[in-house]
Amino acid sequence: MFFVFPAVLLLLAIYIIPMIVLAAFSVTDYQLGALSTSFIGLENFRKAFADPVFMRALLNTVIYAVIVIPVGVFLALGIALLVYNRKRSRAFWEIAYFLPVTATLVAMATVFQFLLHPSLGPVNAAITWFGFEPVGFLSNPSLLIPTMAIIGIWQVLGFNMVLFLAGLTAISKDLHEAVRIDGAKNPVDRFLTVTWPMLGPTTMFVVVTTSISAFKVFETVAVLTKGRSGSEVLLYALYLEGFEYSNTGYAASLTLIFLAIVLILSIGQTLHMDRKVHY
Amino acid sequence: MQPQSVNISGIGKGFGADDVLKGIDLSIRPGEFLSLVGMSGCGKSTLLRIIAGLETADRGTISIGNRDVTEIDPADRNLAMVFQSYALYPHMTVRDNIATPLRMRRLPFFARLPLLGRVVAKAETLREIDASVRQAADVLQISHLLDRKPAQLSGGQRQRVALARALVRSPAAFLMDEPLSNLDAKLRAHMRGELSNLHDRLGATFIYVTHDQIEAMTMSDRIALMSEGRIEQLGTPDELYQAPATLTVARFIGTPSINLLPAEIDASSNIVLFSRKLGLQADGTSRGPATIGIRAEDIFPATDGIPARVLRTETQGADRFVTCQLVDDTSICLVMREKAGTTTGVDSEGLIRLGFSKTQIHLFGSDEKRCIVRQLEQVMA
Repeated sequence: MFFVFPAVLLLLAIYIIPMIVLAAFSVTDYQLGALSTSFIGLENFRKAFADPVFMRALLNTVIYAVIVIPVGVFLALGIALLVYNRKRSRAFWEIAYFLPVTATLVAMATVFQFLLHPSLGPVNAAITWFGFEPVGFLSNPSLLIPTMAIIGIWQVLGFNMVLFLAGLTAISKDLHEAVRIDGAKNPVDRFLTVTWPMLGPTTMFVVVTTSISAFKVFETVAVLTKGRSGSEVLLYALYLEGFEYSNTGYAASLTLIFLAIVLILSIGQTLHMDRKVHY
Repeated sequence: MQPQSVNISGIGKGFGADDVLKGIDLSIRPGEFLSLVGMSGCGKSTLLRIIAGLETADRGTISIGNRDVTEIDPADRNLAMVFQSYALYPHMTVRDNIATPLRMRRLPFFARLPLLGRVVAKAETLREIDASVRQAADVLQISHLLDRKPAQLSGGQRQRVALARALVRSPAAFLMDEPLSNLDAKLRAHMRGELSNLHDRLGATFIYVTHDQIEAMTMSDRIALMSEGRIEQLGTPDELYQAPATLTVARFIGTPSINLLPAEIDASSNIVLFSRKLGLQADGTSRGPATIGIRAEDIFPATDGIPARVLRTETQGADRFVTCQLVDDTSICLVMREKAGTTTGVDSEGLIRLGFSKTQIHLFGSDEKRCIVRQLEQVMA
């Protein structure tokens, strides 16, 4: 019993106590630096779900996740399958796709700002060259979230690809050969019989981590749009409340909502996929 | 399907600068149990993989029955393979594992897809597949395991599932790549018997790769012993044991290993061992240094034999292996096999005199090839 004490202490100090403090803040109207504060029960949560800005942020985040998760996972799988079969150029492709993971998104966002600029950017130059109207990727409110999602995909792709490559490498060569001898002539059969089922654990991990990072979208919004109408997302709303407006109590309740969503999502996916995944 | 012959002609294969196979010619008869045996790295597995179509040969052709399959996809060669690792699909039940080769062949593409397949597949075909799976499972006595996953099976059971998956579609030939090497010794001995029975029962062509000469000896109709990318000798187990064509074959076959003694063939073809003429003559033109091989069971205590010191005695049940070091030339050890429980000719100082029957020796010339030995009328010892 005595030996677990340091670990328990660390666990309490780092995870448990901050969570309790957060929960405590969330039921008060505390503002950072305020001299007095009062207990207001679940008023913050009621207010959040009645707040059209927060609800829009929630909806935008969900739309963002719905684009980023499937595309970020399956495109990464497709690239991993292509890269896996390269012999000499494999290292090059791995590095090329992994670079965005190492690059700071805030710094890269300026590059995207240039690329997508309506008059200066090469993307719009290409679009107008084909005879279309320039697209306001970063000004048209209805395009903001899809644009963010594409940048988000660009960022998770390399990491997911590396994870899938690791998963592919772990599949025994014998299984690929067995299925060929068993009569699978076309690649789709081989993929469905061996590769896809054997990638189960990897896929589960990739889906869960991609979901979490999708719900955590923040930097691109903060840098490229500053949360302009149409690009409100959960974490940005939270940041505004907590750091710009100093509504600590309200921000704490938003944080709890955010944590609950991520937790439910991760646990739900894990439980659902665990039944299908073979280890 | 009738068992098919497999004909291999002029197969060569190199990896980088190394030639792994140097022109293999081999005809495997329909219904034959042929073992490819040799040390690791001799090319036996590569040859099997070329037959299966998993590797392509640099030159030469493979035909199954009368059909040249050299350029044909493994799926179309109608062969079944049992892997050393069994290569069972871990996410499928035993039933689905065994059904896979049939699903791939009998169901059209859309019926093999997940979800959609359940709607599209013809119920009748599925029933036929299920019946074949049951039949194969019955043959290997694994019917009670059909709903389990491979992870829930023991090594021996997995082995049976792999065999069932191989035989479910009556292939032209069975290819086996060291299928017993992951089993414990007792189960391996048991499965040897079962594999032999299975071969007799199916009457199918078996091509069996192993590095274990006992497996090859006990099960095969014929053995092809390979070394350094060549077939050293092709013959029945008895032929390989009783008339090894080369020194490599003699060394490889038999437990305990054959005893080898340095000898000489003099200018008039006399065989000289330890400066004594044995009264034997070598046929052929080989002269100079030679090697005499004597099986452990052909050595016995003899009053006028070669003096030796007993190093250790291993009792194997019915037999006893006695390892002796020669007194005259201490670099040479001989192993003698005798009936356990008998008295040995060992004296109080641990010395023994060893003799051997001159008709039972194997002579190999300096080129390591077997020389025929003739007995002279008069012994000139």
